[in-house]
Amino acid sequence: MFRTRVTRRLPAAAAAAGLALAVAACGGGSTNSAETAPQATAAQLNPNADLAKQSLMVTVWDGYTPKELQDMVKKELKISKLDITIHDTNETAMTKLTTGGDSGIDVAFVSGQYAQALNEQNLLEPIHAELIPNLSNLYPEATQLSYDKGNKYSVPYTWGTTGICYRSDLVKTPPTSWNDLLKPPAWAEKKVTLMTTERWLALPALKSLGYSVNTAKDDEIAKAKELLLAAKPHLLAFDDTTFGDRLIKGEALMVEAWDGWCPTTDAKQNIKFAVPKEGSDLWVDTMVILKSSKNKEAAHAFINYILDPEVHRWAAENINYKVPNKAAMDKVKIAPGSLLGIKPAQLLDGEAIFDLGQASTKFTRLSSEIQAD
Amino acid sequence: MKVSIEARPVSPSRGRRLGAFVFLAPGLTYLIVLLLVPLALVLSYTVFQRGRFGGVVYEFTGENFARLFDPLYLSVLGTSLKIAGLATLIALLLGYPTAYLIAQLPRKWKTIALVAIVLPFWTNFIIRAYAWIILLSGPGLVNSGLQALGLEPVELLYNEGAVVTGLLYSYLPLMVLPLYAAIEKLDPQLREASANLGASAFTTFRKVTLPLTVPGVMTGCLFVFVPSFGNFVIPEILGGGKTAMVGNLIRTEFLKARDWPFGSTLALALIAVLLVLLLAQAWVARRA
Amino acid sequence: MRRSRLLYVPFWATYVFLYAPIVVLVVMSFNSGESAYTYEGFSLKWYADLAADERIMDGLINTLIVATGSTVIATVLGTLLAVGLARHTRSKTLDAVALVPAVLPDLVLAIGLLLFYGMIQLTLGLYSVILAHGVFAMAFVAAVVRTRLSGADASLEEASRDLGAGPVTTFRKVTLPQLAPGIVAGALLAFTLSLDEFVIAFFTIGNSEQTLPIVIYSMIRFGVTPKINALAAVLLLVSFTAVIVGQRMTKIGESRAQD
Repeated sequence: MFRTRVTRRLPAAAAAAGLALAVAACGGGSTNSAETAPQATAAQLNPNADLAKQSLMVTVWDGYTPKELQDMVKKELKISKLDITIHDTNETAMTKLTTGGDSGIDVAFVSGQYAQALNEQNLLEPIHAELIPNLSNLYPEATQLSYDKGNKYSVPYTWGTTGICYRSDLVKTPPTSWNDLLKPPAWAEKKVTLMTTERWLALPALKSLGYSVNTAKDDEIAKAKELLLAAKPHLLAFDDTTFGDRLIKGEALMVEAWDGWCPTTDAKQNIKFAVPKEGSDLWVDTMVILKSSKNKEAAHAFINYILDPEVHRWAAENINYKVPNKAAMDKVKIAPGSLLGIKPAQLLDGEAIFDLGQASTKFTRLSSEIQAD
Repeated sequence: MKVSIEARPVSPSRGRRLGAFVFLAPGLTYLIVLLLVPLALVLSYTVFQRGRFGGVVYEFTGENFARLFDPLYLSVLGTSLKIAGLATLIALLLGYPTAYLIAQLPRKWKTIALVAIVLPFWTNFIIRAYAWIILLSGPGLVNSGLQALGLEPVELLYNEGAVVTGLLYSYLPLMVLPLYAAIEKLDPQLREASANLGASAFTTFRKVTLPLTVPGVMTGCLFVFVPSFGNFVIPEILGGGKTAMVGNLIRTEFLKARDWPFGSTLALALIAVLLVLLLAQAWVARRA
Repeated sequence: MRRSRLLYVPFWATYVFLYAPIVVLVVMSFNSGESAYTYEGFSLKWYADLAADERIMDGLINTLIVATGSTVIATVLGTLLAVGLARHTRSKTLDAVALVPAVLPDLVLAIGLLLFYGMIQLTLGLYSVILAHGVFAMAFVAAVVRTRLSGADASLEEASRDLGAGPVTTFRKVTLPQLAPGIVAGALLAFTLSLDEFVIAFFTIGNSEQTLPIVIYSMIRFGVTPKINALAAVLLLVSFTAVIVGQRMTKIGESRAQD
């Protein structure tokens, strides 16, 4: 959900473009008013538009797309220019897209609940399905994502779930429940991590109590808080980024992890992944087109290009993320132990995380309370 | 030549006003635009409501200040005071004797000793914190040493102690330098006189050296306390997400929760605490 | 003598405390193994890795751009400001304002600038960091130059003015040469501070660029690697060389001044 450890060079072109943009950035600005209904404002797009006159600015997590994407897109789509800027978290992407003037961004990669929030702010262009024939490559399940049924304003890029990643050689019994993290057995004392990002921090506690991950009820959040506070003294750390390393080093034995980040493929490392019996989430990273984009035809062509099986499989093969693209996944060789084998139907058992609007402050507060205790 | 001679009687005052403008205007304009206006913005945001995704809705509210007195945020302020205070105290306890001895070294060694104090400061600030991960972590060096001695490994990283250590390490030079400057200025004859009058070394220190170096002590403490109190990087790197200081809250409100008005209110609280300390320092300095 | 010996305990403790982590950093940078914790043998591979890391190199270049840009701004404006404050006004308020950026917590300046850039809808990038670094760097330059100025002989400037020279000419021909060492020192300070600055850059750089401290920060967040040790060792070597060269230069400068 954030970014992989793959580092990629920041293209010099993007740097130059950044400067040029900044100079030109004084006027304009996207509006935050949500007075008109999103569907009423779909632009008239010309399927035969001359893409050579359009250029694209895409914001994406570092290392989330192939290094050669710029050259590939320019060659295949014949657009005049593709700039890629990176964001490190959903939050920075949101700040970039919603404040500080016209971001100049045409296509953004953000997680599903953030796409939903952007759409509620009337900042997204509805997806013109007729311009993206490759949508037919998606699994049927990938059109049934509860935050955006029918892919009206977002197109999924990767998906997965959250579970417990653990050292099968060092645990006494394999974890099956979120309580194995929240109330770790003596042998795992101070060898357990939970995530820091607020919604995933709350997830194990909410699920173990049988609540929805999208709850906004104060009493439910309060109960989750009690559980987390009780767990804190037994944890090694709160960690979103290095839990995989910690398992490999043996510093941690069980960690809350996104499937794509759980390094299960090297048999020598004895690392396995389990979705706890209480259930978990379904996270989706999506591509959205900004309403403020002046290059909407090129933006659709870009998404269509990403959905090409030969392009889309890159994410599964190189950064170990499942892609919701059946045609692409059919081409991917799945190594033993790989979590790429989790089936779409299984993923859909997870509860998709929604944007909670103003209630999201309750989760910010929860995470501050856990940290400050 | 003639012109300038004729202009001579008027030139000082006109020249002065022109001079004041030429010299002061560029820098002050810069400071007004990029310092005072931003600070005024921080101040004004404290009474507005948050925008849905960052930014601000210009509707008056006193809620941000009410929130500040929530026990949660008060306890974070308390923790920050405690951690920064502890780092400052230890820095003083280590720094004073060090500065005292450096001041008595021969000149050549003095320079070397001082440079050696500052040198670690010139690696990157974040690398200085990182070094302690290597030393303190579970498989790290300190624990390997303990195990080699047949002792049980202890949990050193990801707690308040680690944060204090990191802050101390980062800002210790800022304690030593002002102390050194204060001690160096002391007239050695004062101490000699005190000794000749029969005072013990300790009495001389307590009655002569210490009182005369109080301003240096205050400056050093301030130099360590201020950057420690508002720090968010070291608690994050060495605290394992388990320790929150006021800087972490501000950072979270701005970059994660995108609640700029409340983040601004926390920043104001931070400034207020520091201002009180500055005033206290000025008061002590005047009495000393 | 007993007093002294007791005092040597904290004295040496300070130096051990300051240098133990650095020794460990440097030793582990030559580790042939993958681990940042256990030394397995000598190797220079992390240095090769470091040189090949484009993100670090890009970060380094960005950092140098930012430090140069902000130093130029800070040196020019800070020097003018120092002279203006010392010679052309008696306002205590202005004095205080000029010092504020040096004592203000970096985080507060950072968020203030973030709000300000947001308000004027400036797209963030390297130049927004340059402008931001200019603020505190200018305060330090102004402070250093003022110290020099208080030691400088004001009567020379009086004489120059009495002889009919305008303020600009007086500044150029009389004040500036006297101030040169202070200006150089201030500029060096500004440059050094900008090189190491993290918090303000972190808030005001946006997402398309990274300075070296930001690169290091995100590397550390994503795990511990001996590559960072190698970087630390290189930075130390550079600082150490700079200190020695600086010392030599001041000595030469001093001996020339005495001639």
